[in-house]
Amino acid sequence: MMSRWKIITAAAALLAGSSVLSGGFSAQAQTLKVVMHSDVKIVDPIWTTAYIVRNHGYMIYDTLFALDEKGDVKPQMVDTYTESPDKLTYKFTLRDGLLWHDGKPVTAEDCVASIKRWAARDPIGQKLMSFVDAMAIDDAKSFTVKLKSPTGLLIFGLGKPSSNVPFMMPKRVAETDPNTQISEFIGSGPFVLKTDEWKPGDKIVYTKFKDYKPRAEPASGLAGGKVAKLDRIEWLAISDQQQAVNALLAGEIDMIEQPSFDLIPLLKSDKSIKLIDYNPLGLQYTLRPNHTIKPFDNPKIRQALTYALNQKDFLEAVVGNPDYYKTCKAMFICGSPLATEAGMDGLLESNFKKSQELLKEAGYDGTPVVLLHSTDLQSLTNLAPVAKQLMEKGGFKVDMQSSDWQSVVARRVRKTPVAEGGWNAMLTAWVSADVLNPVMAGFFNASCDKAAFGWPCDEQMEKLRDDFARETDPAKQKAIVEAVQMRWREVVTHVHLGQYTVPIATRPNISGILTAAAPVFWNVEKK
Amino acid sequence: MLGYILRRLLATIPVLGIVAVLVFLMLRLTPGDPAAVIAGDNATTAQIEAIRAKLGLDQPIITQFGIWAGNLLHGNLGESFFFKKTIGELILGRIEPTLSLAFATMLIAVCVAIPLGVLAAYKHGSWIDRVVMGFSVLGFSVPVFVIGYLLIYVFAITLGWFPVQGYQPISGGFGGFIQRLILPAVTLSVIYIALIARMTRASVLEVLSEDYIRTARAKGQVESKILFRHALKNAAVPIVTVVGIGIALLIGGVVVTESVFAIPGLGRLTVDAVLARDYPTIQAVILLFSVVYVAINLGIDLAYCLFDPRIKY
Repeated sequence: MMSRWKIITAAAALLAGSSVLSGGFSAQAQTLKVVMHSDVKIVDPIWTTAYIVRNHGYMIYDTLFALDEKGDVKPQMVDTYTESPDKLTYKFTLRDGLLWHDGKPVTAEDCVASIKRWAARDPIGQKLMSFVDAMAIDDAKSFTVKLKSPTGLLIFGLGKPSSNVPFMMPKRVAETDPNTQISEFIGSGPFVLKTDEWKPGDKIVYTKFKDYKPRAEPASGLAGGKVAKLDRIEWLAISDQQQAVNALLAGEIDMIEQPSFDLIPLLKSDKSIKLIDYNPLGLQYTLRPNHTIKPFDNPKIRQALTYALNQKDFLEAVVGNPDYYKTCKAMFICGSPLATEAGMDGLLESNFKKSQELLKEAGYDGTPVVLLHSTDLQSLTNLAPVAKQLMEKGGFKVDMQSSDWQSVVARRVRKTPVAEGGWNAMLTAWVSADVLNPVMAGFFNASCDKAAFGWPCDEQMEKLRDDFARETDPAKQKAIVEAVQMRWREVVTHVHLGQYTVPIATRPNISGILTAAAPVFWNVEKK
Repeated sequence: MLGYILRRLLATIPVLGIVAVLVFLMLRLTPGDPAAVIAGDNATTAQIEAIRAKLGLDQPIITQFGIWAGNLLHGNLGESFFFKKTIGELILGRIEPTLSLAFATMLIAVCVAIPLGVLAAYKHGSWIDRVVMGFSVLGFSVPVFVIGYLLIYVFAITLGWFPVQGYQPISGGFGGFIQRLILPAVTLSVIYIALIARMTRASVLEVLSEDYIRTARAKGQVESKILFRHALKNAAVPIVTVVGIGIALLIGGVVVTESVFAIPGLGRLTVDAVLARDYPTIQAVILLFSVVYVAINLGIDLAYCLFDPRIKY
C-alpha cells in the first residue's frame, strides 16, 4: 500500500508533468525570457527619457544612424549621405527595402516628421534645430537638411545612442504632439511589439519582424546588421530582485538585465550563470546642487563640494566590487574620445580642510543643506548617506530628507525655497552614453530657467556649449571640452561621483550579446 | 430581508462617495508629480508644465475631481497616465490572478484552520492544543514574505516541485494554473489559518461547556457529531465574522504575495500605480477594493441568518 508521503510526492510530480505538457514554465525554443531593470509602462521613447522605454525603442524602432562598438556613428537606415563642401547641406538617402511593421515602406517624409518630434523633446535635438534652416523631402527615399551654420551635432544627434534616441516612426505617428504619448506602436526595427500580449505589470512580448532587412555588415554596438535570431522575446516584470535571481537559477528565465550588486556573488558562485559586461562605459553617479537658492546659489559654496567629496566612498557604498566600478575624474566618461582630466587637479579627493576654508571665505552661515535621499532604488539608496557624511566633514550642515524616488523626482523640479518644499542637493545616475559631450550632458546646460532641475545659470558655459555644437573638428572639440571642464571648476553645475557597470546575468545557452550603449536583442541566440 | 439588502446597498452609495473624495484628495496632497516622472532627467520646467497640462493636472483640484466624478458616474474609470490603456482594461486583466489567489488562499485557510481549531478545542490543554496554538502564534508573527521565501527555497529551488514565480491563467492549462498558485496561496493562507484556527478554538471551547453539549453526550451522541453538528454550528457566527474580515484583509495580503511571486494581480497593479503616481489607476483600484469590502460585510451579515435562525433583518 502506498504511503501518504508517496501519494503527495506522486501528486506533486503529476502536477509538474502536467505543467510541462501544458507549456507551463519550461522554456520554449527560441523564446528568450528576460527580466529587465523595470516594467515597461510607457511605450513612447520620445515622450519619456526612461531607460526601459529607450530599450523598448531599440526593439521595435530603427534609427537613421547608430553608434558602433568603437563609439563611431555609422549609417543605419541611411544608405548614403552627402555633405556639401561648406558643410551646410546634407542629403540623406534611405536603404532599399525598409518597411514598417504594417508592411508599408519607410519614406523620407516619415523620417523628417520623426526628427521634428524627437527634436522637440531632446536637448541635442533642440540645440540641433537652432542650426537647421530647413528640412526638405527630395523623393520617397531622400531628404535634405540645410543648416544656417556648420555643426557637428547633425550626424552625431541622429545617431544619439541614449535617451531620447531619434527613433523613426511612421509620419502619422510622428505627428503626435511631442507632449502627448503616441497610441500606435509601429516601427521598422527587427522586432514587432505584440500589443495583444502586452500586459503591463506582467510581461511585454516582441516577435521577430520577418520582413526586416538588416544591413550587410556584422552587428557592432547599436550599428551594423540587426539580425533577429530569436522568434520571440518576453520581458517579464519581476520586481523582486531575489525572485528574479531564483528564477534564473531555476532556469525559468534566461537573463537578468541588471542584477543587484548584492546578489552578484550568489550568481557568480553558480556555474550555470554567465555574467557579461555588455556596456563597458557603464553609468556615472552625479550630485546636483540647486543653484537658485541658498546656500548653493553661491559658486564658492558649490566649489567646496568638489573638495569635500570623493568618488571611491560612493562607489564602495553602492557597488562594492571594484570589478564593477572605477573612479574617473573625466566628466565625459573615461574610455570615451572626449575623456580628459583638465581642470580636475586637487578635486574629488575629500580635502576637508580646503572645503572648510572655501565655506569660510564664502560666508557660509550654517544653513542646513536639504539633501534628497531616495530610499527605494537600490542603485541610489546608499549615495545620500555617504554625501551627508562627507559634506559634514567638509563643514556643511546637512538635513538629509528620505522619501521614495518618485517623491524625489517630483520635488526636484520645485524651485521654491526649502521651507516651501524646495531642495538643495540630490543624487542620480546617468547612463554614460547620455553624457559623452557637453551638449548632450543635460547637467551642463547652464541656461537658467531653460536648464534641467538645479537650473545653473552661466553665460560662459553656454557659449562653450555653443562653440562645441558649431565645431566639427574632433581635435578642436576636445579643446573645447577641456575649456568646459575648466569653467565647470568655477561654476560647478554638478559633481560627478564615479563610473560603474552592471553586468547582464544569463544562462550559458545564451550567446551573441552585443557590447553597446544599451541592451539590445538582435544577434542574440538561444541554443 | 430584501428590504434590508436594498437599504444596505443604498447605504453603500455615500460610503463610496466618501471614499472617492478621500482617495482623490489624499493623492493630490501627497508628494508626487506624474508629469515630472514622465518628463525625465533632462526636462525643462516648460516641458514638465506642458505634460502636466496634457494630463489635466494643471486644472484646479475641484475641476479635476468634477471631471473624474462625472466620468465615474458614466461608468468611465478613465485612462492610465502611463499604460496607454483604459483603467477598465487594466483591472479586467488583473482580476483573475487576484481572485484565484484569494479564493485558493481562503479555501486552504478554512479547510485547514477549522478542523485544527475544533481539534485544539476538543483536546484542550493537551500537546495537540499547544502545538496548534504555537503554530497560530507563529503564523501571526512571521511576515508573509518570509514564509514565501522559505517555501520557495524548499519547494521550488531545492525540491523543484513548483515554479519560483509567475502566474498562468486557467485558460492556459489547469495543471500549470494550480501548480503556480499553490505556493503563493499556501504562503498567504498561513496567517489566516492562524487567525481562524484561534477563533474557532475559542468559540468551540465556549460552546463545549454549554449544557446542551453535556446533554448530547449523556444521550450517547458520537463525539464527531457533537463537535461538528452541535458545537461548530453554534460557534459559527464569530468564525464567519473572522473569515469575512480575513477576506477583506486579504486585499493587503495579496499586495505583498503578488509582489514576491510576480503575480500580475490587482495588488501589484496598486503598488505599481502608487510608485508611478498613476492617479486614475490608484483611484479606481481603491474604489474597487472599497466596493469589495462593503460587499463582503453585507455577505457576512446575511450569512449570520444561515447559522443562527434567531437573527432576522
